[in-house]
Amino acid sequence: MIDCRYPVRYRVSSRLEETHDTVTLTLEPAEDPIAPCRPGQFMMLYSFGVGEIPISVSGAPGQPALTHTIRSVGAVSAALCAAQPGHVIGVRGPFGTSWDHADAAGRDLLLVAGGIGLAPLRPALLAALAQPGRYRRIIVLAGARSPAELVFASEYGQWRERGASVDITVDKADASWPGHVGVVTQLIGRAQLDPHLTTALMCGPEVMMRITGRELTAAGLPAARVWISLERNMQCGIAECGHCQLGPLLLCRDGPVVNFEVAEPLLAVREL
Amino acid sequence: MSVLGSELASHRFASGLAPGHLDRLAAIASRIEVAAGTRLFDEGGQATSMWLIRAGQIALDLHIPGRNRLIVETLGPGDELGLSWLLPPARWQFGAVAQVGVSAFELGTAAVTGLCESDHELGYQLARRLLGTAVARLQAARIRILDLYAAPSHAVGGTS
Amino acid sequence: MALAADYSDRYELAAAGLEDLHRALRSAGFRVIGPRVTSDAIVLGELKSASELPFGWGVSLSPGGYRLRKRGDAAAFGHSAGPGSWKQFLHPPREKLWSASRSADGLVLDADADADAEPPGKLAFLGVRPCDLRAIQIQDRVLGAGAGHHSAYARRRAAVFIVVVNCTEPGETCFCTSMGTGPKSGPGYDLLLTELVTEANHSFIIEAGSRAGQEILSALPVQAADSGSLERADSAVADAAGRMGRSMQTADIRELLAASHHAERWEDVASRCLTCGNCTMACPTCFCTTVEDVSDFSGDHAERWQSWSSCFELDFSYLHGGPVRSSGVSRYRQWLTHKLGTWHDQFGSSGCVGCGRCIVWCPVGIDLTEEVAALRAERDAAAGPEPGLGEPG
Repeated sequence: MIDCRYPVRYRVSSRLEETHDTVTLTLEPAEDPIAPCRPGQFMMLYSFGVGEIPISVSGAPGQPALTHTIRSVGAVSAALCAAQPGHVIGVRGPFGTSWDHADAAGRDLLLVAGGIGLAPLRPALLAALAQPGRYRRIIVLAGARSPAELVFASEYGQWRERGASVDITVDKADASWPGHVGVVTQLIGRAQLDPHLTTALMCGPEVMMRITGRELTAAGLPAARVWISLERNMQCGIAECGHCQLGPLLLCRDGPVVNFEVAEPLLAVREL
Repeated sequence: MSVLGSELASHRFASGLAPGHLDRLAAIASRIEVAAGTRLFDEGGQATSMWLIRAGQIALDLHIPGRNRLIVETLGPGDELGLSWLLPPARWQFGAVAQVGVSAFELGTAAVTGLCESDHELGYQLARRLLGTAVARLQAARIRILDLYAAPSHAVGGTS
Repeated sequence: MALAADYSDRYELAAAGLEDLHRALRSAGFRVIGPRVTSDAIVLGELKSASELPFGWGVSLSPGGYRLRKRGDAAAFGHSAGPGSWKQFLHPPREKLWSASRSADGLVLDADADADAEPPGKLAFLGVRPCDLRAIQIQDRVLGAGAGHHSAYARRRAAVFIVVVNCTEPGETCFCTSMGTGPKSGPGYDLLLTELVTEANHSFIIEAGSRAGQEILSALPVQAADSGSLERADSAVADAAGRMGRSMQTADIRELLAASHHAERWEDVASRCLTCGNCTMACPTCFCTTVEDVSDFSGDHAERWQSWSSCFELDFSYLHGGPVRSSGVSRYRQWLTHKLGTWHDQFGSSGCVGCGRCIVWCPVGIDLTEEVAALRAERDAAAGPEPGLGEPG
């Protein structure tokens, strides 16, 4: 049995530059694969000699290969983003709760993403698209800084073809962008949600999730039908180091996917 | 073809207005269809109309020498277009162009103002809706200014 | 003498028999850790013989104050918690987790990455207070010590031999009775001692709590305990319950702290708190660690080390460019709320055993029993006067 304390060797099999600072890596096991992961879970990715960071899985669940979309914002993420096919990194996991808790069968599944937050939601979207008829509607609302910073842009058309309604908005753009310019909350009204039949999954900057969560509940969605993906300082991934606490929650174990009814009062306390 | 109060009622901006108010507004409204690429107004122009968008998408834009035209915000079905007419000197802050074919109700702002002056209750209701639109756009704009999607090293408010 | 089959029978061991106990433990392969006087304090360390125990020493404790004092008797365990706790041996301050080497395609974990290869040395803890036994058991829940756990902590924990000494001498800052952890020990010991010391006699009531304890006990020169000795021992422990220096009302403490996020009291305590983290170092249940990846000068070898960390550290909650908990207020609130409140949500019990170390070793003498009482008073005042509001116990 794999012990989650030790990194397992995975080899980069492909590398895709999503934007100027974001890369999607596909990893194949170089030895025994770790346990299959669920949508919403994360791995600790280790770059030799640099360090280890938590990264959500961003690919379809249930495969031996792992997909991770990484934004280069520090030493470790930069090293991971620079990893070329054939390079071996260390993987620990999977850790945390999954979007499966949302249990939205028969309902409208709404995915709201801010920036790179679309990456942890993608496994849930791909799983939903792979089960036609399981949900009434699949609606993706995604916001990003600018058109150049959209992730998975080459897939939006395929998602639409497979039955999802996909609406994208950016904070700023020039006239070459024919789509929406504005914040993602401004797309909610246009989505014509049925608040009693919608389950929402959200991931993005925490402020964006607080605000969008309020918009959704103001539109009539019960907070218990909204799920968000949270992050805090993660080090061990196994609920032993204490860093990832948010009030009573240990986010490596009780998150990252947390129900908004539980999370909202915690997020409202400054410096909790 | 003249606009009916009941048609206005189905637009998000006007919904909830009393039937009498809807009728009075409908009487000064007209239906318009605008082809993709049509400019509704230019920055600096006299702001003399407001629109209730029924279908399509309109971009508020700004020309900057040496750069591509910037999109300030896009508006769509259910949105109200036109706020600059409320404050002197009633000139458009930005331009507006239909990005796809647009259908909308258009109202002359002189007529709207006249209605509000003579019927303060209608004036109050319209003012509340316009204020609500302005607040929502202000809040969204403030969020965009915070640049929450920026990389942490570029973000305002980090301690490093 | 032949021991009864039911190993919970109680015997009497003369004080000199502590040396036999030490010898028996050494013969069984244990290194014996216990309290000793060093640097004007009673500190846990390896005992080369039972004579190194702090016979005749007691302590005077106060918020921010710790002094050794000579006792009027020769009690070996007539002192309460010192600065260190047993966690330093089970959950060491620094520990290597694994090492790796650079390879042509990236990395290779070194063979000793699986530390199963190296069995830990066996330790015997001599002189564990009931509160400290509970602290060990609380850490067991956090760090995983049951079947199915293969960590270094679990291995050390499985190998340790625990001799608990019932408390007959609570300190000025003790409140184990409030936390339900003493002065009488609960189960989990291998051997349990209760010290009896008079002018004429110095002995221990001794009983086994496990098969391993019974084995060691069978090698000791014990005698049947007479009812007089048993009665004196039991009443000494029972009396200790009434001599606690502090108390804390715990009935609704989780709810109290969950409702106190915006209490004004936090500003008050933060104006005194240095965020030095002494409390977390001295606390026997604080478990937080930080992981550090280091490499050697060649850049070809990397190691991951785990070391004690504290929620008072500014970087503890670092996220995206800065700490989530930056102010002293937020960090003190985190520590107290976790220790007494959210620990229940996370691990199913309180994190506090009432040992009082945090009170003694706080350089400015912050007393968490006082802080809790103040938070409760603030909440109750905000709720308005109500009939029947009892005084804190």
